[in-house]
Amino acid sequence: MKEQAHSPWSNRSFPEAAKDLLADSQIRRNVRHATNIIQAKRNRVVGELPDWEQLRVSGAAIRAHALAHLDHYLAQFEDNCTRAGGHVHWARDAAEANRIILELIQRHSAKEVIKIKTMTSEEIGLNRNLEANGIHPHETDLAELIIQLGHDKPSHFVVPALHKNRQQVREIFQREMHLPDLGEQPEDLASAARTYLREKYLRIKVAVSGANFLVAENGAVCIVESEGNGRMCLTLPDVLISLVGIEKVVPRYRDLEVFLQTLPRSATGERMNPYNSIWTGVHAGDGPKEFHVVLLDNGRSPILADGEARQTLQCIRCGACLNACPVYHQTGGHAYESVYPGPIGAILTPQLHQMKDARSLPYASSLCGACYEVCPVKINIPEVLIHLRGKVVQQDQKTLAGKLGLWNIGMQAAAFLFEDSTRLSLAQHLGQIGQKVVVSKNGFIEHLPLMLSGWTQTRDLRPLPAQSFRDWWAQREKAKPGAASSSSPQPSNATEKPHAE
Amino acid sequence: MPNSSDARDAIFSSIRTALQVPANADTAAVAAEYAALPRLYKREGTMNSEALLDLFTHRLVEYDAGVCRISAENISREIARILGERGRKRIAIPDGLPPEWLPAGFDFQNASRFNEHQLDQLEGVLTGCTVACAETGSIVLQNAAAQGPRSLTLVPDFHLCVVFAAQVVETVPECFARLDATAALPTTFFSGPSATADIEMTRIKGVHGPRFLDVLLVL
Amino acid sequence: MRVSLFITCYNDTLFPETGKAVVRLLERLGHTVEFRKEQTCCGQMHWNTGYLKEAIPIIRHFVNVYRDAETIVAPSSSCVSMMRDHYMKAAELAQDAKLAADVESLLPRVYEFTEFLVKKLGVEDVGATFPHKVTYHTSCHSQRSLHLGDIPIRLLKQVRSLELLPLENPQECCGFGGTFSIKNPDVSSAMLADKVRTVLNTGAEVCTAVDNSCLMHIYGSLHRQRTFVRTAHIAEILASTAGAQEDGK
Ligand code: SF4
Repeated sequence: MKEQAHSPWSNRSFPEAAKDLLADSQIRRNVRHATNIIQAKRNRVVGELPDWEQLRVSGAAIRAHALAHLDHYLAQFEDNCTRAGGHVHWARDAAEANRIILELIQRHSAKEVIKIKTMTSEEIGLNRNLEANGIHPHETDLAELIIQLGHDKPSHFVVPALHKNRQQVREIFQREMHLPDLGEQPEDLASAARTYLREKYLRIKVAVSGANFLVAENGAVCIVESEGNGRMCLTLPDVLISLVGIEKVVPRYRDLEVFLQTLPRSATGERMNPYNSIWTGVHAGDGPKEFHVVLLDNGRSPILADGEARQTLQCIRCGACLNACPVYHQTGGHAYESVYPGPIGAILTPQLHQMKDARSLPYASSLCGACYEVCPVKINIPEVLIHLRGKVVQQDQKTLAGKLGLWNIGMQAAAFLFEDSTRLSLAQHLGQIGQKVVVSKNGFIEHLPLMLSGWTQTRDLRPLPAQSFRDWWAQREKAKPGAASSSSPQPSNATEKPHAE
Repeated sequence: MPNSSDARDAIFSSIRTALQVPANADTAAVAAEYAALPRLYKREGTMNSEALLDLFTHRLVEYDAGVCRISAENISREIARILGERGRKRIAIPDGLPPEWLPAGFDFQNASRFNEHQLDQLEGVLTGCTVACAETGSIVLQNAAAQGPRSLTLVPDFHLCVVFAAQVVETVPECFARLDATAALPTTFFSGPSATADIEMTRIKGVHGPRFLDVLLVL
Repeated sequence: MRVSLFITCYNDTLFPETGKAVVRLLERLGHTVEFRKEQTCCGQMHWNTGYLKEAIPIIRHFVNVYRDAETIVAPSSSCVSMMRDHYMKAAELAQDAKLAADVESLLPRVYEFTEFLVKKLGVEDVGATFPHKVTYHTSCHSQRSLHLGDIPIRLLKQVRSLELLPLENPQECCGFGGTFSIKNPDVSSAMLADKVRTVLNTGAEVCTAVDNSCLMHIYGSLHRQRTFVRTAHIAEILASTAGAQEDGK
């Protein structure tokens, strides 16, 4: 079985996928509603902490430090986890991780497993793979259960089903749990899930989880959650398998004092989420008898080489950047066609794909900066987006089609104009004359050709005024008494043509 | 099993190539770099004990937990009162719970070694705690005397927790300072009863963990 | 004070009235304005679209033109944020230590227009009169990069006869984002629709901002919908005086 390390959901570009979602007013309403609520809560509880900025600074510094010495801290984690009775496995890619997990489950002859929400397992397509091998995974997080029973895909990594409203959830539960009389109050729905899952917790002996943090110093694993389904999966089964990205390690236990403040406040707008579980290896008489950690690379380690983009891996998956993003507000998560949507997805996904796929994602942002402003580990997402755009452009310029593409030609031409003001001025004059072909009777531009046509679908464009500012200024200077000497002093060492580079 | 050591070597070498670092890190240098990381956030609390307990109580009430301030000599009486009001008789208790806490007239069962099915038959659980954090309204349990294994406080639907005023700290960093020495023990933070906001962001109490939480705050 | 105006390429080409207003206002406040005709563009469009190496000569050109200027003022927060956020990076990318040194010496002398009025000149009342209902859109770069805070609002509050109407979600992006609006026209339009709805809901006659790029975008929809709401750069409001001819666009 040879699987692709990352299989994008489809080959559609972001603008194409977004178009479909924009047409779905129900999804847009649901996304808007949910993100508005989380954001308001988040702003309130973040505003309570006078040391929020210091927490961000420390969080960013700790994560950056851990990444800069990732080999060191991973080795430390492995040692300490093993000493505490855990087993550490290494997976280079999705296929390897799937094989390891499948074998562990088969070794215990399990036919079913219970799962806590883990985006890493979505990333490797674990459920699909288990099902293909006759093992049924049961998602236990309410939202993941909604997604699984609805044969849907997550659209947010903190609240994966935020695109569904209560009526839609009820329909899914009615059908899949055979509960024709189920009500639509959120309480009814949650209680149906409680009953449906409780039997599974008490029966199924193998669980699969992700993890929020690994602690190098003592081999501890930390998982934060809300519902208690996590505690059920981490505590009751005999065997626990945690699939974790290699970037999730922090140096010391006390580092959690930073992240357990910033993560819940950023993720769900709570001061602390209802449950955090922290454990090391196995503990006699408490929890699983067998504990496995599968450490997954799957495209992460090469990202470390890029000094500018490395900060992408600092992410603690709080989802705050999704909730703050005006693009995400419009499209929801599915338009990104990746397990990791939103601003962080726009930088993480293409890098995990080694910039071979998902190349439209770095452009799926207006660079408004709302993501950077809220990020609890200070990932400068707009900066990384621009950096990745630079990579896309460079790749394109290596191909003939890219070189001759309209974008490249247009940008080269513009660069040529901007290097010299006489060229710019000439272009302005030509534009003032040439635009006559596109200006409508009402004096505005209502239709533009080619790649610019999308703009004028919903917007008019003001035509160029008859006189540019620089021409107005020149005229004004001329009209001044004694205007012979220009009021624009020739700067001593400025040259019209910048020195050649 | 796929050959894990091949994968391990490959991943480490890929990381080291990317970071341009040698195979054996200079641990002293890494430690020095770590020690120099900025830590200007608030660590020590500043509240007096009165304000601290008020804040803790306020947070718990916000989480819909019941809170009662009592004095040490009344622990047993208050436990009886709350269990009576809640109408719960069969109560799980962990190893090491002070026997003088236990009022007569209830069926207290030492459940430290119960499996989940046995736990599922009980109507509640009574424990102490390791530390509590006022700022976040969190109570921290570890597998230690009077707290027991994690499943004990997970399966029963009602949790009555005894917290001593001296166990309450103000900030999360203070909380971790107290936990540091016993960091290897299985640890659970809980902040209010289990909840979800997965459906239209409406907070619903009690999905899988205990749905009812009462706290006796002992002054 | 001798103020060197960086008009920016798109204001030069598309919004000369904004430049005229800046000149009028600064001269009214007793300052001398110079215009270096060699100026072109800050390089933002190329940089933000990923044409990083193409942006470098443009940046070099900017630095050369303004090397000895005393104070540089630009009526565009996005261009100023381009300089503050990215010029050093560009110098690093170009591996040009001299450019880096030039940028370092130049940046403290560059101001966004309203920032210049309030922070450098210390004026809030610029003696303007503008008898209209106005709403203010907080452009992304003005708040998240330049951190202008309430500076523009403070200026507008001092304008005589101006009725300032609060905009809902003033900090949310209008969806322009330069080439974003061309590469993602549908998402951009949806963002714009939200923005325009909030603008119309205020009942304002004029929507203002410190960036003409956002205003061009917002007006594109206001005009397409044949509303009578206009847009005007904040400089045009601050420059207008009683009886003087208004030049909102
Ligand atoms: S990038 Fe920052 S804000 Fe976005 S999910 Fe990651 S940590 Fe949260």
